Amino acid sequence: MLYREAGQFKSTYAEDQQIFPIRQDRFAVAALLVVAFLVVPLIANQYWLSAILTPFLIFALATLGLNILTGYAGQLSLGTAAFMAVGAFMAYNFVLRMPWLGVIPSFILAGLCAAAVGIVFGLPSLRIKGFYLAVATLACQFFVLWAIQRIGWITNHSPSGVITAQKVVILDYAFDTPVRKYLLTLAVVAVMALLAKNLMRSETGRAFMAVRDMDVAASVIGIPMMKTKLLAFAISSFYCGVAGALFAYTYLGTVEPEAFTLDLSFRILFMVIIGGVGSILGSFLGAAFIVQLPIFLSVLFGGISHATGMEISHAVVSNMELIIFGGLIIFFLIVEPHGLARLWQIAKEKLRLWPFPH
Amino acid sequence: MNVAFFFEVLIGGLLAGVMYSLVALGFVLIYKASGVFNFAQGSMVFLAALTFVSILKMGINFWLALIVTLGVMVVLGVGIEKVVLRPLVNQPPITLFMATIGLTFVLEGLSQLVWGSQPHGLELGIPDVPMEWLSQKWNINVSQFEIFAAGVAGAMVAGLALFFQYTRIGRALRAVADDHQAALAVGIPLKHIWAIVWAVAGFVALVAGLMWGARNGVQFALTFIALKALPVLILGGFESVPGAIIGGLIIGASEKLAEVYIGPMVGGGIESWFAYVIALLFLLVRPQGLFGEKIIDRV
Amino acid sequence: MNHAQRVGEVVLSVEDVSLAFGGVKALQDVSFDVREHEIRAIIGPNGAGKSSMLNVINGVYHPQKGKIRLRSNGAWREFRDMDSREAASLGIARTFQNIALFKGMTVLDNVLTGRNLKMRISFLEQAIWVGRARREELEHRRAVEEIIDFLEIQHIRKTPVGRLPYGLQKRVELARALAAEPALLLLDEPMAGMNLEEKQDMCRFVLDVNDHYGTTIVLIEHDMGVVMDISDRVVVLDYGRKIADGTPDEVRANQAVIDAYLGVAH
Repeated sequence: MLYREAGQFKSTYAEDQQIFPIRQDRFAVAALLVVAFLVVPLIANQYWLSAILTPFLIFALATLGLNILTGYAGQLSLGTAAFMAVGAFMAYNFVLRMPWLGVIPSFILAGLCAAAVGIVFGLPSLRIKGFYLAVATLACQFFVLWAIQRIGWITNHSPSGVITAQKVVILDYAFDTPVRKYLLTLAVVAVMALLAKNLMRSETGRAFMAVRDMDVAASVIGIPMMKTKLLAFAISSFYCGVAGALFAYTYLGTVEPEAFTLDLSFRILFMVIIGGVGSILGSFLGAAFIVQLPIFLSVLFGGISHATGMEISHAVVSNMELIIFGGLIIFFLIVEPHGLARLWQIAKEKLRLWPFPH
Repeated sequence: MNVAFFFEVLIGGLLAGVMYSLVALGFVLIYKASGVFNFAQGSMVFLAALTFVSILKMGINFWLALIVTLGVMVVLGVGIEKVVLRPLVNQPPITLFMATIGLTFVLEGLSQLVWGSQPHGLELGIPDVPMEWLSQKWNINVSQFEIFAAGVAGAMVAGLALFFQYTRIGRALRAVADDHQAALAVGIPLKHIWAIVWAVAGFVALVAGLMWGARNGVQFALTFIALKALPVLILGGFESVPGAIIGGLIIGASEKLAEVYIGPMVGGGIESWFAYVIALLFLLVRPQGLFGEKIIDRV
Repeated sequence: MNHAQRVGEVVLSVEDVSLAFGGVKALQDVSFDVREHEIRAIIGPNGAGKSSMLNVINGVYHPQKGKIRLRSNGAWREFRDMDSREAASLGIARTFQNIALFKGMTVLDNVLTGRNLKMRISFLEQAIWVGRARREELEHRRAVEEIIDFLEIQHIRKTPVGRLPYGLQKRVELARALAAEPALLLLDEPMAGMNLEEKQDMCRFVLDVNDHYGTTIVLIEHDMGVVMDISDRVVVLDYGRKIADGTPDEVRANQAVIDAYLGVAH
């Protein structure tokens, strides 16, 4: 009832094309942005900002990237972490060797480097499809990690490949507190999410989805295969690269190549699946879910431990985490393959009637 | 160039490849019968090895432990088929693949939850020492254990190939792999067949687990062997039992040779990605693998 | 102006086309032409090579022998090895026997993909969504909505195509083909699997398209009633060879055609 669309008519195509055509949605999103930018920095404590919200945003961005490639364009990729690594290490190099560039341009350039790597490793997608392509992306994942550790120049000849991200200073304003890092990450992610949404509902997004659904037909009606697939890899890798740069600069601080293993790639793939394939909102939902799950579980087990007096070891909790992750993936694939985003849509449908039963 | 050394590396590589093939065989079985790529095969190998070793540690006799573990794997296989695969039966293959990735995590967590996460050693009675006869006569050091593993793998492949080709159940499996609906139409009990396939895959996982566990110790890293099996399958094709062996041999040999001869030039550690790059190059030329069937896309 | 007066010069000429897959001869020395604004039907028993013929015309298959001549933008173009993307850019659009729609997208989005060759804006501009990008997208939206109105599928424009019944999916596929503003429209069994009402609707739409947009149409169809009713001229194929070519009445009376359909050995 509250969520009624009645009376909201669209009289021009422009109105129909809006991202949030329903007034209540616009209000909700505006409120969310106000809360995110103004309220949270005031009330959230350090732990929340630096250990939950900032990584959530970073992973959401990476998930967005993978969603563009796998969810919209249908090219399965297991190399997400490698692209993040390229972004992280190249950002480090740009800030180190060309400090006059500034941090944001360095991030953008790092993203472009990741995009270039993405294009190279996306070339096989012109010949190989589906599952085989996933294996090809494994080659990328392992090769890039090896290269980062072996090519001394990339890590400034650090013995173990570990780099320390420099302080982020933009126009003499230092982003070195949790609040500032959070706001910087939020701003970057919000802008990139908007760009992604615009892109996916334009011709580019349609071309991606056409390639995903039936690439032979897409080619016959004139959609260029090579350009479309490589663009998907490029854009996706760009997003993952920027996410990687943020990962290093606003979250980790000290970065080692081992932070970008296959395990991370799988994690992000899980965020895509659980959040909703082919959905911008889903990317955020999936990332939120997976980022807070370990915390939720340790709180839960802590509670159980308290209540029953039993000692539950750390190992048990982390194993339960694995089991629940895997179980959730299977659950979502069986019950709702379109993930949390679809569940959210269904909830909105129900909200149209609530509080009336029908 | 030292010829004896070259042969040593080559044979070592071939034998390592055979070990990969053992794991790949499990994949082939399930893919052949149900069209599902079971990413969880690696964690099944791990679970099998871990279960076996833990039962042994409880003081139970070797052969009894083997039978119990086999029973566990069979039950597990049937359970997986029922709980995970059947509900997803009409979904596109990519969905099934991702479900098996989820399954991998579940099995890993479960294995360690039940049996603990310390590495275990596994003794099969065959020492990992160079075969004396080869070592003394030609100065080639090849581990006895690896030769034994090769023998086991060879026997399994031969057995499986015969099974598929000549038994009634084997024929039924091939029919099911080809066309589910048609198989149903001629009265083949689909559910039984799948249960059998997963049980056999569980058995293969057990053998692979024993071999790998004896060689490297039973530890969590065992699950990553599944990943190495992927290039093997790409080369050998996903549906070919002999292909799994040949693919394994090629990957194992080229990986070792590359590491020894090209590795030092670029700083070493090539083994982490070389097999995948080989698979990638191969796919570019022949997307269906050595023994696979050409995929034709029709509009 | 009646139908016969509207038919113009030859725009497509198929000359001695032969197509074989390994040992299977799909087409053998087939020649015919198509005139502007006409509705040309290709008919024949199953396996006669009709779909293959259509696939050759729009570049999906490449014949081993013979050539296709197309008049595009006033100039004649001759080809044997053209690919389907090029064909699309030359103004040939088509529908498929087994519906090649993008099941994960809405009707509106599917029809919009038909306009992809006319879209000029780079992806960067699309991302920022101001000025030119907005205008172009809205312009295309307008063009597509006209077609959606024309084919009476407004009520399902936001529905994912995978959820629609077969008959409506076929109409959406026609809409997508029309969105490209083609000079030549190839329809592969547009009425297959439809009931009587749906067929009548589809016939009406095909005739309307030919009338309103002047599009030259080549269609494959099994329903003789439909073929006789709406086509100007008919080509009959059997076992990959052309056995008749003329108006519906001429073809209907042709003994070879009757034999082919009755399965009489010849």
